[in-house]
Amino acid sequence: MSADTKVEARDVSVYYGKKQALFNVDLDIDSRQVTSLIGPSGCGKSTFLRCVNRMNDTIEGCRVQGKIRLDGEDIHDRTLDPVKLRARVGMVFQKPNPFPKSIYDNVAYGPRLHGLVSRKDETEELVRSSLQRAGLWQEVEDRIHEPGTSLSGGQQQRLCIARAIAVRPEVILMDEPCSALDPIATARIEELIDELRENFTIVIVTHSMQQAARVSQRTAFFHLGILVEEGDTEKIFTSPTDKRTQDYITGRSG
Amino acid sequence: MSEHIVKSFDEELERLRGAVQEMGGLAAEQLELSLRALLEPDPELAEQVVEADSEIDALEQRISQDAIRLLALRQPMAVDLRQAIAAIKIAFDLERSGDLAKNIALRLPVLKGFANRGTLETVARMGELAGWQLHDVLRAYSGTDPVLAREVWLRDRQIDDLYESNFRVYLTYMMEDPRTISAYTHLHFVAKNIERIGDHSTNIARSVYYLAEGVPLDEPRPKGADAKTAYVDPPAET
Repeated sequence: MSADTKVEARDVSVYYGKKQALFNVDLDIDSRQVTSLIGPSGCGKSTFLRCVNRMNDTIEGCRVQGKIRLDGEDIHDRTLDPVKLRARVGMVFQKPNPFPKSIYDNVAYGPRLHGLVSRKDETEELVRSSLQRAGLWQEVEDRIHEPGTSLSGGQQQRLCIARAIAVRPEVILMDEPCSALDPIATARIEELIDELRENFTIVIVTHSMQQAARVSQRTAFFHLGILVEEGDTEKIFTSPTDKRTQDYITGRSG
Repeated sequence: MSEHIVKSFDEELERLRGAVQEMGGLAAEQLELSLRALLEPDPELAEQVVEADSEIDALEQRISQDAIRLLALRQPMAVDLRQAIAAIKIAFDLERSGDLAKNIALRLPVLKGFANRGTLETVARMGELAGWQLHDVLRAYSGTDPVLAREVWLRDRQIDDLYESNFRVYLTYMMEDPRTISAYTHLHFVAKNIERIGDHSTNIARSVYYLAEGVPLDEPRPKGADAKTAYVDPPAET
């Protein structure tokens, strides 16, 4: 583990009931970088992503073995509150899922819940700055009290990103954040990811290899629940070491 | 290498490789024929070499267009990406080699009455060496063979050495008889063209190595003798 390691996974295995979904994964995720997790459906990449903020805890019959440390701190420690953990490790999902509330309340909900704001002006300021950082402010500033669901798909996804960053997380997990978006909305999100990496550690699961190549500095390739290869994105996409990685990224059946 | 799930992708890559190989065969033939035309001497053969160059140029155009289309439409990754880039780069080096062979053929009119058989044959031997290099590097490309590619890359110094020693010989002859200056200058250009063809083969060797290994061939290479420093003192003023 280097000084820049934000998340350290050691010997992580995940079981859904009797079925093992992830096998002994060792992976370091560097601070203030974008790490993409790629691999075919069912390879365990989303399962791994959900380990990092203990989202798997909510799944019946799911068991996680091994150690995951956030800044060196065991996230499975009994004294650690998973709700607090999820405030530090935020998540953005495939399908934009704004709350059935106003744009304003979507962003203000988390900070209020976690007690980050108390006064109205504080809340307003945080909502504005979060929407600005998510690149959405200009488009919504004069209809901030309209429902979040009235926005377009791409805007909704940026709203979800604004909602995630409003609670000042350290890590943002993104599970295929662009798969429901058109190329322009996708480009906006990718540009946003690139800006956010200055302040956050980002882990993104994507089925689009081009997207992984465009947005991430590190890439990890999963196959059949095994972390096959991990390294600089440039290296993975120009000269991967493992034949399985090569076959996958070049579209060979193996 | 296993096959792509999309079969037409394999076909396009194979067509690209095929065109590069075809181009390589043509360039090697052009070199061989231009040297034969020089040795015989055979002006008709030289003419034929000059005309055939456009065929190589056309192939280079086709390869770069096909490779660009492949990059745009398939967005190749890893070995496929290296394959497309290698095709563009190798086609460039082969096109240059073809031009240089044509340039040798173009010098036939001024060299066809050339009397010094020995120096002509030495140049032809140098050309033969460059021909083998080209042949071997094309074999390395066909078999995606990094070991052979590296051998070709290392062997280039033999051509450099010959080029340098030829140059010294020409200088001597020219000093002995200034009437030969024109012919030896042209012969020196022929030697230079051959030496350049050798360099293009080493470029191709590097491309093949990167294609095969995914890392550049960047070890220090033992350099041959350098004609840049060949020099004969002018006679002292009296």
